[in-house]
Amino acid sequence: MTPVLKITNASKTFCLHLQGKTEIEVFDGLDFTLHEGEAVGLSGPSGAGKSSLLKLIYGTYPVGAGTVEIRHDQCWVDIAQADPSEIIAVRRRTLGYVTQFLRVIPRVPCLEIVAEPLIERGVDRDAAKARARDLLVRLNIPEKLWSLSPLTFSGGEQQRVNIARGFSALYPVLLLDEPTASLDPENRQVVLDLISESVAAGCAMIGIFHDARDRAAVATRQFDIKSTRSAA
Amino acid sequence: MSEPILRCREITHYYGRQMACQNISLDLHPGEVLGIVGESGSGKTTLLKILAGQLKPTDGIVAFAKEGGSLTLLHEMSEPEIRLLARTEWAFVHQNPRDGLRMSVSAGANIGERLMAIGDRHYGNIRAAAVHWLKQVEIDAERIDDLPRTFSGGMQQRLQIARNLVTSPRLVFMDEPTGGLDVSVQARLLDLIRGLVRTLGLSAVVVTHDLAVARLLSSRLIVMQGGKVVESGLTDQVLEDPQAPYSQLLVSSILQV
Amino acid sequence: MTTTSAQSGQAKGYNFAYLNEQTKRMIRRAILKAIAIPGYQVPFASREMPMPYGWGTGGVQVTASILTPEDTLKVIDQGADDTTNAVSIRKFFTKTANVPTTTHTEDASIIQTRHRIPEQTLREDQVLVYQVPIPEPLRFLEPRETETRKMHALSEYGLMHVKLYEDIARHGHIATTYAYPVSVSGRYVMDPSPTPKFDNPKMDQMPALQLFGAGREKRIYAVPPYTEVKSLDFEDHPFEVQKWSEPCALCGARDTFLDEVVLDDEGRRMFCCSDTDACEARQKAQKAGQALDEAS
Repeated sequence: MTPVLKITNASKTFCLHLQGKTEIEVFDGLDFTLHEGEAVGLSGPSGAGKSSLLKLIYGTYPVGAGTVEIRHDQCWVDIAQADPSEIIAVRRRTLGYVTQFLRVIPRVPCLEIVAEPLIERGVDRDAAKARARDLLVRLNIPEKLWSLSPLTFSGGEQQRVNIARGFSALYPVLLLDEPTASLDPENRQVVLDLISESVAAGCAMIGIFHDARDRAAVATRQFDIKSTRSAA
Repeated sequence: MSEPILRCREITHYYGRQMACQNISLDLHPGEVLGIVGESGSGKTTLLKILAGQLKPTDGIVAFAKEGGSLTLLHEMSEPEIRLLARTEWAFVHQNPRDGLRMSVSAGANIGERLMAIGDRHYGNIRAAAVHWLKQVEIDAERIDDLPRTFSGGMQQRLQIARNLVTSPRLVFMDEPTGGLDVSVQARLLDLIRGLVRTLGLSAVVVTHDLAVARLLSSRLIVMQGGKVVESGLTDQVLEDPQAPYSQLLVSSILQV
Repeated sequence: MTTTSAQSGQAKGYNFAYLNEQTKRMIRRAILKAIAIPGYQVPFASREMPMPYGWGTGGVQVTASILTPEDTLKVIDQGADDTTNAVSIRKFFTKTANVPTTTHTEDASIIQTRHRIPEQTLREDQVLVYQVPIPEPLRFLEPRETETRKMHALSEYGLMHVKLYEDIARHGHIATTYAYPVSVSGRYVMDPSPTPKFDNPKMDQMPALQLFGAGREKRIYAVPPYTEVKSLDFEDHPFEVQKWSEPCALCGARDTFLDEVVLDDEGRRMFCCSDTDACEARQKAQKAGQALDEAS
C-alpha cells in the first residue's frame, strides 16, 4: 500500500505569551503513516489533540518539531518546513479539510461556497455548479436555499453545506473533523456513504467521529491520540 | 512552484531619523493575496507604497515580473516605465476614493482614462468598456455620466476599483479598501473584491488593520509592529495559532459579535 | 488703410523695438529652442512691458525680438486691423521701431495676431506671431505644473482625450470650439491659442513660421514651417470645422470664418468675414471684375 502521509516524531506545544508564557503540550514524538485507500478514525478523549492533529497536518498549526510529509505531485512536501505558497498549492489539489464548523461569509450563496474548490482548480463554472447541486441534493439541502447565504441556516444545514464543499473536489487526502455531529440518522448515512465512496475511489481519509458506530462504519483502522502523549 | 510576481528583499525605510520599516523581505506568487496587518504606525502603508513603486526605500530592493518576463528591479526601470506599469499592469486602490479618482470628470471618463492613456481612440468602445465595468462593480450603468461627487462613499470606492481594473492589471495594491465605510457597505465591497480577485486571477497586496478583512481576502498574512515583521504565514495559521506575542495580542483583542 | 512708410522717426530714448539687445538675445535663444522642439513650451524671462498682462505682452516680446528695420508689420485682433488692441500695438512698434506697417496680409513680413489666423495662405518669407493667454493645454484638468511637465515629457496625453470624451458624453459632440488642442509633429500636444477651431487646419503644413508668446505665463513655443499639426479627436468622432448657413454679406465668401453682426434691435443680423483685409481684397477684386464686365 502506497503511503500518502508520513508524520515523524511530531510534537506540538502551545505557548500562551499573554498568560505568562504558559505552555500547553498537545503531543510529543507522534509517528503516523496514512496509506492510499485507508480510512483512519482518530480516537481519544476530548481535548486529547485530535482536532489539533488534523490542523497540524493541514498547516493551520505550526509544528514544534518533527516532519509532516504529504505526497503531492509525485514528491514529498514537508508541511512543517514548506513555504506558505507551497502549502496553498497542496491544499488546492491534494489535501482537503472539512472543518468542524462552516466558516460563513455574508452574501456568498451556498451554491457558490460548494462550487468554489472546483472553480479554484480551474474547472468550468457550470460544471462546478452542477456537481455542487448534485451534492446539495444528496445532502438534503432544499433548492430554495441554494441561492442564500448559509448565515441563517441551522447548525445541521451549515454542516451539510460544509461537507458538500469538502466533497465537491476529489482529494487524495481528506481530513474530516466531526462530519456527522449534529446530523440526523438519514443525513448521517449520506455522509458515511460519501466517505466510503471516496475511499473506494482511492482517497485516504483521517476522520474524527464522536460516535463510535460511525467510526466503525467507515474506518479501516483506528489511531489513538492519547497513547502519543509523552510521560509527564 | 511558480516564479514570484513581486519580490522585495531587506526593505528598510527612514523618514529622516524616524524608522518606518526595517529589513522586510517577502515574495508574492501569481494568484496569491497577501494581507499586511498591523496597527497604526506599524509601517504597513509605507511598505505598500514602496512595493507599489511610489516611494523609494532607503535600502533594499523591489522586483516585479512583467507579463511574460522575469523579475526586474524597480530601481532599474525608468520613470516612464514605472508610470506606464502603474497605469496598466498595476492597480492601486486608495483608502479614500477621492485620492484615486478624478472628481471633476464623469464616472465613464474616470473608467475610460486608462484606456485613453494607452492609446484607445474610439469613443464608442471606450464607453462600452465603461458600461461593462460599472456593471462589474454593481453601479447602475445609468450613472455613467454622473460626477463621482454625486456618489456615496461605497460607490466611489467601487468606481475606484473599476477605474483600476479596466486595463486588466495583474497586481493590485489596496490600502485599507474598506476603511471608513459602513459595515453593510463593507460586506458588499469585500464580496466584490473577493470575487474579482478570483475570477480575474489577480495577485494582491492588501493593507488592513481589520483582521476580519484580512481573513476574508488573503491567503497569506504578515503581521507588522513597529516597522518590523513579527510573524508571517498562512492566514488561517496566523489567525488561529499565532506564534509571536504581538500576534497573539492582536488576535485576542478582536471582539466577538 | 494702406501701407505707410517710416514716418516721424523712432521715439528718442528707446532701443529699437523697446527691448534691450540682451533681452532680445535671450528671447531669440528661447525661440530657437522652441523651433527645434515643435510644440514644446520653452520658459523665458518675460519682461515688464508698457502694457499690462493680458494685453498681448508675450506676442509683443516675440515680435520685438525678431523685428528688423527691413520688416513690414501687420497687427490684427480677432481678424480685424482696426480694433483698439491692434491699433495700440501697431502704434507701439511704430514709435519704438519706426518700421513700416500694413493691413494687407500679402505685404507683411511679420503678422502679430490675437485669436485668428489670416484667411490668405501665408508664405515662407512670413512669420506669424500669436498672442497666447494660457499656453498649457492640460491646465484645466491638471492644475499642478509639476504633473503637466511630466505628462509632456512622457507623452502621457490620455487626459487630453478625457476632456474630449466628456464633451461628447455631455453634448453629443466635441464642444470645444476654440483653443482646440493639437498634436504637433506627432509628439507634443499644444494649445494653438484661442483661435477658433476653424483655423486649426491652416496650421498644418503652413509655409510660414509660427511663433507663440505667453507673457504672463512666461512661455514661448513654435511650429516650424511645413510641420504636421493634427487636431485631436476620436476615430468615431473626427475633427470638424464650423460651418455657416449663410455666406459673407459683404463679399459672398463661403469658406471664411464669419462674425455675426447684430444690425438693429429687431433681431436682424448679418454675417461677415472676421478677416477684414481678406474681405476687402475680395470685394475689391469683385468690383474690378464688375468694372471689366461693364467695360466690355
